[in-house]
Amino acid sequence: MSTTNPPLSSATTLVKDYNLQRQPLEYRAMKSIFLTGMTWAMAILASVPLFSVIYMLVIKGGTRINWETLTALPPAGFEMGGGFGNAIIGTLVMVVIASAISVPFGTLAAVYLGVFDPNSRTATLSRFLAKTLTGFPSILAGVFVYSILVIKFGYSALAGGISLAVLMLPTVVLAAEEAMRQVPQRMKDAAYGMGCTRSQVIWKVVLPTGMPGILTGVMLAVAGAAGESAPLLFTALFSNYYISEVMEPTASLSILIYNFSAMPFDNQIELAWTASLVLVLIVLIFNILARLLGRAKV
Amino acid sequence: MKFLPSLKVAAIAACLSAAMVTSSTAFADEVKLTGSGASFPFPIYSKWFKDFSAAHSDIRVDYQSKGSGAGIQDFTNKTVDFAASDAAMSDEELAKAGNKAILLPMTAGEVVLVYNLDGVSDLKLPRDVYPEIFAGKITKWNDPKIAAANPDAKLPDQAITVVTRADSSGTSFVFTSHLAAISDDFKKAVGEGNKSPSWPATDKFVKAPKNDGIAATIKQTPGSIGYVEYGFAKLSGWKSIAQLENKAGKYVPAGAESGAAALASTDFPTGKLPSSEVPDLRAWATDPAGEAAYPIASYTWMIFYPEQDAAKAKALREVVEYGLTTGQKSADELGYIPLPEKVVAKVREVSQMIK
Amino acid sequence: MASNPFQQAVSAGSVTKPPSRGDYSSDTLFRSVAYGSAFLIIILMAYILWEIGGQALPAMQKYGFGFITGIGWNPGKEEFGILPEIWGTLYSSLLALLIGGVFGISIAIFLTQDFIEARLAVVFRTIVELLAAIPSVVYGLWGIYILIPALRPIANFLHEHLGFIPFFGSELSGPGMAPAALVLAIMILPTVAAISVDAFRRIPYKVKEAAFGMGTTRWEAILKVMLPTASSGILAALVLGFGRALGETMALAMLIGNVDQISLSIFSPANTLASLLASNFPEAGTLEVQSLMYAAMALLVITLLVNVAGLAIQQYTVRKFEGKK
Repeated sequence: MSTTNPPLSSATTLVKDYNLQRQPLEYRAMKSIFLTGMTWAMAILASVPLFSVIYMLVIKGGTRINWETLTALPPAGFEMGGGFGNAIIGTLVMVVIASAISVPFGTLAAVYLGVFDPNSRTATLSRFLAKTLTGFPSILAGVFVYSILVIKFGYSALAGGISLAVLMLPTVVLAAEEAMRQVPQRMKDAAYGMGCTRSQVIWKVVLPTGMPGILTGVMLAVAGAAGESAPLLFTALFSNYYISEVMEPTASLSILIYNFSAMPFDNQIELAWTASLVLVLIVLIFNILARLLGRAKV
Repeated sequence: MKFLPSLKVAAIAACLSAAMVTSSTAFADEVKLTGSGASFPFPIYSKWFKDFSAAHSDIRVDYQSKGSGAGIQDFTNKTVDFAASDAAMSDEELAKAGNKAILLPMTAGEVVLVYNLDGVSDLKLPRDVYPEIFAGKITKWNDPKIAAANPDAKLPDQAITVVTRADSSGTSFVFTSHLAAISDDFKKAVGEGNKSPSWPATDKFVKAPKNDGIAATIKQTPGSIGYVEYGFAKLSGWKSIAQLENKAGKYVPAGAESGAAALASTDFPTGKLPSSEVPDLRAWATDPAGEAAYPIASYTWMIFYPEQDAAKAKALREVVEYGLTTGQKSADELGYIPLPEKVVAKVREVSQMIK
Repeated sequence: MASNPFQQAVSAGSVTKPPSRGDYSSDTLFRSVAYGSAFLIIILMAYILWEIGGQALPAMQKYGFGFITGIGWNPGKEEFGILPEIWGTLYSSLLALLIGGVFGISIAIFLTQDFIEARLAVVFRTIVELLAAIPSVVYGLWGIYILIPALRPIANFLHEHLGFIPFFGSELSGPGMAPAALVLAIMILPTVAAISVDAFRRIPYKVKEAAFGMGTTRWEAILKVMLPTASSGILAALVLGFGRALGETMALAMLIGNVDQISLSIFSPANTLASLLASNFPEAGTLEVQSLMYAAMALLVITLLVNVAGLAIQQYTVRKFEGKK
């Protein structure tokens, strides 16, 4: 072994003096550990009310979930038993109507706002108005549809669905637009390079890639709309019987909860809690179905 | 195409709805009646209508509570077959409806004061005390006037938190009409009978929506007092209901007898509704006389069109008849006041005008 | 007559080719439908403004600007003023946005930056999104039965010891600004968290890997790289959350106390425009309905102004984080 080593390059000399292992007591590492701790603390703190609400729902509503509750008609006065089968069907019908209106229109509008012509005057104005519509009080959506539809055609599930669609639209539009804008430009360029028209780029590249974001928007909108009671008071009213046609007053879970929670009868208060739980479960099922069916194929 | 799944769901739902429409041919000949309005009589009306519809296979009646004002709006816009209101209809509202309305009192109820005061049961509030509490003049529980009426009670040195209705309501109207009738102080401070009274705007006056909102707030707030409907208080099992001093100086608890005594002291006006042939059945018991009368009681009305489809008119007359006969039997257990006999006869007579 | 293999492939459709006539027409159709949908939003808004503005016009003519600065809602005396409601709306929504926004974004970071196992994160995220489905009535009831009693001891402690700070200046006698703002924050948390989670998940891996490759700590990567990249999505989340807070009716009506007063203290009762509408509309007579529509127009204008401010903030952050465009 030679006693004199060949001169090492400066880089390795410098490296020898530094310890590359993680030093937890270094300032930057401590900052990171502190922030991680804060995040855990905030997540736990935020979970407390979240789980408290769910816990209250499950405890108070869980006892009445059985076949009778899900299929029978609402009880009145001192009656025992009963259920809210008609309300479940009513909510489903109105949410489907609302989604059938707001999802296509909202996604198409978002396509225009996010991809086709984001900086045009129409797009800027439309985007701004959609943001303003997010703050639209739910009762006003009901009053608005009341004055244009109900006065002429009477209370109906259709009017209820339309008022819910008005409430769902801004969420769908804004979430979908955001999702589509974030699709990497190179993917769109590659599609153009292969000779696609703009619509083909949207259908085959942008929409599938942005699907998770669009679905999140749709799910949030559906969840919010399913729980709204104020607009339905002015558009779909309520019925104690199963729905037989779309143009008549319809029961819904949210109005049932609104009615029964104000009653002094224990039976009905219990049913109100169970209805809230059932509503959340329905949205959960939709959520899972949508995530399964709409996975992004990237 | 990624829309396919949601299209499938929409298609399935559409098929379901179509199936329900076609399977509902059995209901094609049914007469369907829809009504909306006051929330006060909602428990008893929903019971009446459910029992009535079960007994009559060709008539179906539905009622939704959204507030007397909204019910009157619906009536004026002809979007319902009948409406209900705790405050009947004022002359202006009748004019807006073209003066084509039949007002029938169908049942009645009382307003009670519930409170949350640890260790104090049977609170007695004299005639000159409870309006002052709601006018914001008496602010502490151990005020000498309250103590004088309740010598045995241990009243704490605590501020009174007054809970009132956040939403406009016929119950507020009845309550404030009564308070304004017996106390000039109240009339000056808050005003006449009003569905949406302007309560004093201090930290000690809070509002909650609907009866259950007030009840829940009072339950959670020590040292509070508020007003709810008697039926609601009775059925929720409220123990701490204040006893009020009536015009004759007696402390009367709320109930069917005291309510009936209060109604017996009022007569209907003898005239007709403005510009109409329909007798005027709007009567108010703002300060009932009589030893056994409870101070705060009021009718609640159903509002009908004088002219409509013959089949509907017949069904509506049957509904009214049911309410006046079988219906009155369930009034007491639900916390309402059964109508006095002479009132039943009068209402039956006027209901024949529903054509 | 294609003996040329390329021609054969093209006519067989197995190689890319320029758009056909049919492709062009369906493209034009699709684009016009998309444009129409975007335009529909403008038309819808205009229709809404026309309907509601039309009903509000008599009240606007009668009360003029004094309506905005007046205090007290009195249908009996026909005196209406919405200044306390405007204050209450802005105060409660800003508080809710502050609390809900901070917690929502931190939950989004928690769920997407490898703090917990991926499957657990999916479960947690689904639960958070479910909270958006709970009806506001239930939130109101939870607030009355669980939150207010839990809050009362803390509120009294703060009032006794720190009562000189105007924020804690009064006693919590039940419903008030604090419970309302807290419940609002919980209601907008799912919206903010869900959309922020999406914003974070869209960031390509290479960005994160590049940051780590340069030797940043985990939090330096999050704060200096991930957050700015996701900023447009997070801003969209905050806009949606704030909008929901402004328009929330039922839960606030049960928790805010509905008293027409202006106060800095978070423990006094207040009122908001949306709950004023919900509480008074069902029983309103003609003049009151017109005044309520006037109040609704005021709410729309406030939302508009807030969004203008939001746009300005957005321009600033975009320029700062993504470079001048």
